[in-house]
Amino acid sequence: MRVMAQMAMVMNLDKCIGCHTCSVTCKQAWTNRSGVEYVWFNNVETRPGQGYPRTYENQERWQGGWVRTRSGKLKPRSGGRLKKMFSIFANPKLPSMQDYYEPWTYDYEHLLTAPAGDDIPVARPKSLLTGKDTKITWSANWDDSLAGGNEIAAGDPVLAKVSDQVKQEFEKTFMFFLPRICEHCLNPSCAASCPSGAIYKRAEDGIVLVDQDRCRGWRMCVTGCPYKKVYFNHRTGKAEKCTFCFPRIEIGQPTICSETCVGRLRYLGLMLYDADKVAEAAAIENEDDLYHAQRSVFLDPHDPAVIAAAREAGIADDWIDAAQRSPIWDLIMKYEVALPLHPEYRTMPMVWYIPPLSPVVDVLRETGHDGEEAGNLFGAIDALRIPVEYLAELFTAGDPEPVRGVLNRLAAMRSYQRRINLGEKPDESIASAVGMTGDEMDEMYRLLAIAKYERRYVIPAAHAEDAHRLEKIATECSLDYEGGPGMGGGGPYGQGPFGESSGTPVPVQVETFHMLRNRQTADNFTDAGDEPRRVNLLNWDGKGTPPGLFPPRPEETEHVEGTDR
Amino acid sequence: MNVLLWVVYPYLAMAILVGGLIWRYRYDKFGWTTRSSQLYESAVLRWGSPLFHFGVLMVLVGHVGGLVIPKSWTEAVGVTEHTYHLMAVFIGTVAGLCTLIGLGILIARRRLTGPVFAATTRNDKAMYVVLAGVIVLGLLATVRANVLGDGYDYRETVSPWFRSLFYLSPDPDVMAEVPVGFQIHVLAAFALFAFWPFTRLVHAFSAPVGYLTRPYVVYRSRDGRGGGLRPTRPGWDGPPRLPEPQRTRSRR
Repeated sequence: MRVMAQMAMVMNLDKCIGCHTCSVTCKQAWTNRSGVEYVWFNNVETRPGQGYPRTYENQERWQGGWVRTRSGKLKPRSGGRLKKMFSIFANPKLPSMQDYYEPWTYDYEHLLTAPAGDDIPVARPKSLLTGKDTKITWSANWDDSLAGGNEIAAGDPVLAKVSDQVKQEFEKTFMFFLPRICEHCLNPSCAASCPSGAIYKRAEDGIVLVDQDRCRGWRMCVTGCPYKKVYFNHRTGKAEKCTFCFPRIEIGQPTICSETCVGRLRYLGLMLYDADKVAEAAAIENEDDLYHAQRSVFLDPHDPAVIAAAREAGIADDWIDAAQRSPIWDLIMKYEVALPLHPEYRTMPMVWYIPPLSPVVDVLRETGHDGEEAGNLFGAIDALRIPVEYLAELFTAGDPEPVRGVLNRLAAMRSYQRRINLGEKPDESIASAVGMTGDEMDEMYRLLAIAKYERRYVIPAAHAEDAHRLEKIATECSLDYEGGPGMGGGGPYGQGPFGESSGTPVPVQVETFHMLRNRQTADNFTDAGDEPRRVNLLNWDGKGTPPGLFPPRPEETEHVEGTDR
Repeated sequence: MNVLLWVVYPYLAMAILVGGLIWRYRYDKFGWTTRSSQLYESAVLRWGSPLFHFGVLMVLVGHVGGLVIPKSWTEAVGVTEHTYHLMAVFIGTVAGLCTLIGLGILIARRRLTGPVFAATTRNDKAMYVVLAGVIVLGLLATVRANVLGDGYDYRETVSPWFRSLFYLSPDPDVMAEVPVGFQIHVLAAFALFAFWPFTRLVHAFSAPVGYLTRPYVVYRSRDGRGGGLRPTRPGWDGPPRLPEPQRTRSRR
């Protein structure tokens, strides 16, 4: 057993409203530069739909991920080492810019400089590649919310796998959003495809990164990734990909996409896994078994043997503790409601999804049934082959059983909690129908529905001693010891020997990170005890003293509740 | 004059090549890339690029065979001058033509495809002139001497001179006797070597041969980063801007 830790994410698709906030904040943080205008490390696509880049799931065409050879080993679908070397001068399976979309801007200046005339000047779209006029025909979410209808949705490679009857009824049935980032796979085929060895998996937290100094722009990773989540920066000539916001993760903050998610549908946490078993599990013969195979790789962080092995592998105690509190472990292993995206690519993805139940509920409601009654829901999940088959193609390589199991649990939770909400007696039989107890059901409900920030994001910071060096806080003054002349005082990082502005300046990133973290993990809006003191004077008619107009007497000050985030 | 052309100049060029590569590797790893334009245009590249690259690799092998391996060695294993000559002219011409056609396709593509041309720097253009010059001059010299003429055995003159550079006892006088075509080709080639480290041609020195032996998935520890944030570097130049179709950007 070789224990390794992996930062992982679960997204609860029932809660995604397709607002693209994650995409926009991610773009602002990481890809608002020349050369990556077309790149979205995080994108939200509508299913059914073609996705971004178009039809990326069609591996017959794009050749991403791994295939199992006859001898039972894995090799990249696009070819082994020799074939890669021979096709290095022109990658035969590289998506072109048009498969993503041609980035553009608008000629806003024309609005200001146009000569006076009869017509209102317009800002023409200009291609960011050539600088010439362009016609906008596609984008990262052109088919958002089924825009373009059947014509575009019919190009969905997943839809092509489900049966014809399903296909015809599909559009009437349902639609949902699928936010995607890099999967930070346990068995990354992008890294395997990189001739330069520039893409690596971090041993500490499993984040897959591109070493920008070693990348030579051979572009094989773009083909190798079946999720098409490695991008080519066409200005710098280097590959770039989602970084799992590692600078934030290292200091215990959630990724930008998680932090800003309006629906609070993302969960972050550690998973411990057995690195020795990955290759074997990924190469299992039957595609249907890949979901179970991947689960079998995960190690129970509560198991004393695992804890001992983890310690031996150099995993710190606070990390083991974080793994025990990990919401990811609960969702994948304990409640078994999260599923991997396209396990059939054999990359062992580590961003998992809770499939949406709402389509089923919607159908029930539209047909006049009670969409939250357990019996109705169970029946509908069995009867409605359409959503189940489609979801199975996405999450379990086509095996409908695990999907049905998850939807049943979500349905049971819904009706179990409704009874409580209506003040009725909790019905233990609903819970036991899906192999759970009422208490477990309640815990799962809390995790899925009302979990607070600290419960959704359990992120142990990188080891303090590491983090310090990592961030190169050059503020570590040699005089800055206990009682020494440079002992920290005023600023958050201590002071230089000759007052606040002496010494090496604090790198701006560190400054911002710590400030942000302090602000975001503070319990109060401003300083402690300030909130109840506020009063809106505009509403005060001058009579009496509304509460909060005067500061409370010291003995009245009460503990202030943490804000709900 | 002979000493200047056939001793000082080659050594200078090689010193710039080696020193330039070391300098570039130390200070501009980030800029060390193929800067592929395949994302903009793939259909033409798929013909031009392999044609050029495989051609130029064959040419390289030919040059190593002709320049580095002494004539006495090949004759010792029973290859007569005539056999060698036939092989060299035949394979050399095929390889040279592949290279030339590939280069022609690539240059035409670069000029005629809007996005590719917009991404072409002044440095690229200069590099193309020198590179194409060397290849065309070499082909011309070979064709004139060996195909149209009655054959010229450069293994008696150019090759010993080339090897003598590495023995550190250069012999400039033999080169003075060489036909002008070959002389110009050699001079242009050393100009290319001197220019090499400062262009995108550096990617030739990062041919990923290690890929054949390394395990598929690379693990690296965070500690391996040597600690610390990197200093900010050029290369990422701000938010997306509108490229002007005719503008050339100098990268550094």
